[in-house]
Amino acid sequence: MSATAVRERPTGPAARPPATTRASRPRISVRRHWRPFLLGAVVVLWLVLWAVLKGTQTLELGGAEKTDFHLWLNSVRDSFDAARSNSAVFEYVVQPLTDGLNGLVAFLQSLFSQPSALRPVPQVGWLGVVVLLAWLAFALAGVRSMLLVGACVLLFGFFGYWQQSIDTLVVTFVAVGLCAILGPPLGIWMARSRRVSAIISPVLDLMQTLPSFAYLAPLALVFGIGPAAAIVTTIIYSLPPLVRITEHGIRNVSPTTLEAVTSMGGTAWQTLTKVQLPMARRTIVVGINQCTMAALSMATIAALINGPGLGQPVLQSLQSLDVGSAFVSGLAIVLMAIMLDRTTTAASERSGIEARVARGTSAGGFRGPRARRVGVIAGAVIAAVAIYLSHNYLALAKFPASPDLGGPLGKAVSAATNWTVGTFSGFTGWLKDTITTLLVNPLESLLAQSPWWVMALVLLGIALALGGRRAAVAAAACEAVILGTGLWNESMKTLATTLVATLLVVVAAVVVGVWMGRSRLADAIIRPVLDAFQTIPSFVYLVPALALFGPTRFTAIVAALAYGVPIATKLVADGIRGVSPTTVEAAESMGTTGWQMVSKVQVPMSRAAVVLAANQGLLYVLSMVVVGGLVGGGGLGYLVVSGFSQGQLFGKGLAAGIAITALGIMLDRITQHAAARLGRA
Amino acid sequence: MKKWIKPAAVAASVLSAALGLTACGGGDISATSNAAGGASKCGAFNVAVNPWVGYEADAYVVGTVAKEKLGCTVNYKTLKEEVAWQGFGSGEVDTVLENWGHPDLTDKYIKQQKTAQDAGPTGNTGVIGWYVPPWMAKQYPDITDSKNLNKYADMFKTSESGGQGQLLDGDPSYVTNDEALVKNLGLNFKVVYAGSEPALIQAFRQAEQNHTPLIGYFYEPQWFLNEVPLVKVNLPAYTDGCDADPAKVACDYPKYDLNKIVSTKFANSGSPAYNLVKNFKWTNQDQNMVAGYIAKDGMSPDAAAQKWIDANPDKVAAWLK
Repeated sequence: MSATAVRERPTGPAARPPATTRASRPRISVRRHWRPFLLGAVVVLWLVLWAVLKGTQTLELGGAEKTDFHLWLNSVRDSFDAARSNSAVFEYVVQPLTDGLNGLVAFLQSLFSQPSALRPVPQVGWLGVVVLLAWLAFALAGVRSMLLVGACVLLFGFFGYWQQSIDTLVVTFVAVGLCAILGPPLGIWMARSRRVSAIISPVLDLMQTLPSFAYLAPLALVFGIGPAAAIVTTIIYSLPPLVRITEHGIRNVSPTTLEAVTSMGGTAWQTLTKVQLPMARRTIVVGINQCTMAALSMATIAALINGPGLGQPVLQSLQSLDVGSAFVSGLAIVLMAIMLDRTTTAASERSGIEARVARGTSAGGFRGPRARRVGVIAGAVIAAVAIYLSHNYLALAKFPASPDLGGPLGKAVSAATNWTVGTFSGFTGWLKDTITTLLVNPLESLLAQSPWWVMALVLLGIALALGGRRAAVAAAACEAVILGTGLWNESMKTLATTLVATLLVVVAAVVVGVWMGRSRLADAIIRPVLDAFQTIPSFVYLVPALALFGPTRFTAIVAALAYGVPIATKLVADGIRGVSPTTVEAAESMGTTGWQMVSKVQVPMSRAAVVLAANQGLLYVLSMVVVGGLVGGGGLGYLVVSGFSQGQLFGKGLAAGIAITALGIMLDRITQHAAARLGRA
Repeated sequence: MKKWIKPAAVAASVLSAALGLTACGGGDISATSNAAGGASKCGAFNVAVNPWVGYEADAYVVGTVAKEKLGCTVNYKTLKEEVAWQGFGSGEVDTVLENWGHPDLTDKYIKQQKTAQDAGPTGNTGVIGWYVPPWMAKQYPDITDSKNLNKYADMFKTSESGGQGQLLDGDPSYVTNDEALVKNLGLNFKVVYAGSEPALIQAFRQAEQNHTPLIGYFYEPQWFLNEVPLVKVNLPAYTDGCDADPAKVACDYPKYDLNKIVSTKFANSGSPAYNLVKNFKWTNQDQNMVAGYIAKDGMSPDAAAQKWIDANPDKVAAWLK
């Protein structure tokens, strides 16, 4: 989705409750055998029916055709449009909210980034901004963060994107600020009531998986064009991780501690404020960190409705296929992600209960609390002076045009891209054709050319065999939704490319992950590259990908790989590293070869991590379906894109978005339940 | 939470103290004047910038003139067409400077809601159709007649087209009749959706570079045609009403007289920028030149517009009458 999304689903913590509980012990052996049988039977029957009925009842819908459901969605949008000018809700609720958000952003912009009618430069010039941010990093996180923030912020300027970078910071700050107000109370509420949790959880799922392209246009209808709508979009996507992690943090406060508090006569309020919140504080800060990363990943999407910031130059360079400029502005987003991630992580470590206790007891010394307090106050004074100076002197207010790092860097990247394309396009063409012929086409034919009812039954059977009854129930519900959207055939096409991409993600993740898990050096070199691919907006590498593979489904798969491989690889690497050193040593002492070590010890022992990597890889791949639609992926992704571009296709695009969500939830539930089952087996 | 609030509070007080000091200091920046002369009655002028380079050329030329000659505060808003038209009613958008037909939007916002008005042609003519790279037109001269396309269908096969020839459609922003056209002209082709303008341009660029076959949907004016002069394939000529039933279309696309749209509020506001928009008119060549500055020479849209304005004072003067 969201292009750029850093979808750090809170994997471990928010993992759903384990699936089925086995009933009667004695029948386990019988039960264990029906699953492979069922799976085999389903596949054989499927192949037979496909061979006989190929191409019939596929529910194909032509490019411009619309179902009643699509038209109904259009009419809902139109009535919104008509209601804008004369509805009380709009006048007294939405409009003040919009004006408030726009006003707040405009105020912060006039302070830090944009010239105003009265001044040719913002109130606080670049020097003031740099020192202020560095000082904030020092106060919240420490000296290292301060240096990192200072360097990154200066680089924004040297890249030539000073104003856009600060705009992005402003929008992210406002969005995350609102999330921090809304998220924790919601998470606490969910932690305290199972019923609330059961109601809100699916809403959060929807917020995270519905592609923002699908609702961007009507959102701009409601909240207007500009910062307010951009902030609302950002919040929709970045609030869920914070809520989930907060819920998890509160819920995981040890029950013994809670019992102790209750036995001492603590009220519910006291328990919450004196025990649960302080003990969950570190987790909540982790939630803020995830929320910030997700918010930043919306920068490019927000630019589509004129949201201010770095997304604008990314999109603008895409129009003229300027790979170099797109890369430089994308790199600024990556740097911002690194800077915010490291700073909030350091802040969360500082706020951990142990760290606070340690600080409290350590007396004096250079790193003691008193020295720090002096440092913070001295920093405040320096910041005030810097702000004062940068307000008054043009040289300190307007970021200097030289040295220009962005221009040469952009040119170098463009040249490198041209060289790569020129050198490898023969090989990449062959690779594309081979994988398309061997994997994509057969699978797509099998999925999309089978009659819909055959596919529906096949998916149910597979869900039952792999995940059990609960997975099958979830699959049935999702199938009903997909049928309802009227886009069954397109959904199956998208499912085919998604499965191929996921397969490739898992293969790559295991190969690279094992290597990283076994070698510290490899890890140290590869991990930053993975981090960069996870945070760089995908719009940046679309043009090189197109140059290498042309507008094809395979290019969409490549884009999905670029985004899905990093998370899966990291999970595998962490799993391999998690294999107990004693086991590895024992195996070594028995004289196992390197290959035996990998294949017989390390990979089998980190099976859970591999399955988790597959699950996450799948969800990341699905989140790239829309981006894939921009480069020839077709299927649901293209429908979402055209729904955003053409008014009369809005309903169809939104329906396609819903179908993507349904596919995602179905695949997620099947793999989750399968993983839970495997874990116990 | 106390420790969290403190730095923020201190930051706020530092900021206000520093700014407060400045108020008395009276630095040398506030002395610099912002607007370059002109009557300030223009106020804010909100220009939608639809996401293609040709449009950017229109927007920044008009915007730069409005800023320099009329003293307007110009706000450029990067928006897709659909969203830009939505903005007319709320006053967030004053003008769309290059409109390609869009009968559905015209109907909704000009005829029904009456929040928008036609502000006359831009002088640019929009052409939509099927194009091939120049090397193909040279090597296979008869390929530019759609009747001969089936002869070459095999050549256009790709991994995406399932055994038929591939007709590459691209930008999802425009209505295409291509699926119907292929069917009604009895062509052995399959429409494949590239999904975006960059995808389409990149495909044509490489087809010309590597002399690989490609046929696809394209349009002019477009800066890319200055780089690679694609050749249009002739479909059965357009006649009035031949595209009335979308399912039965068997003729070429109509030519579009691209026009400007303004919001009704803006038209009635008496802003001098409205006159400028109404008078703005130039040729495809003019637009391609500015678009080329931006896309090929890598100039910023502002600088590109300025360069053209400096070179064409007569045309600009005519707009300001």
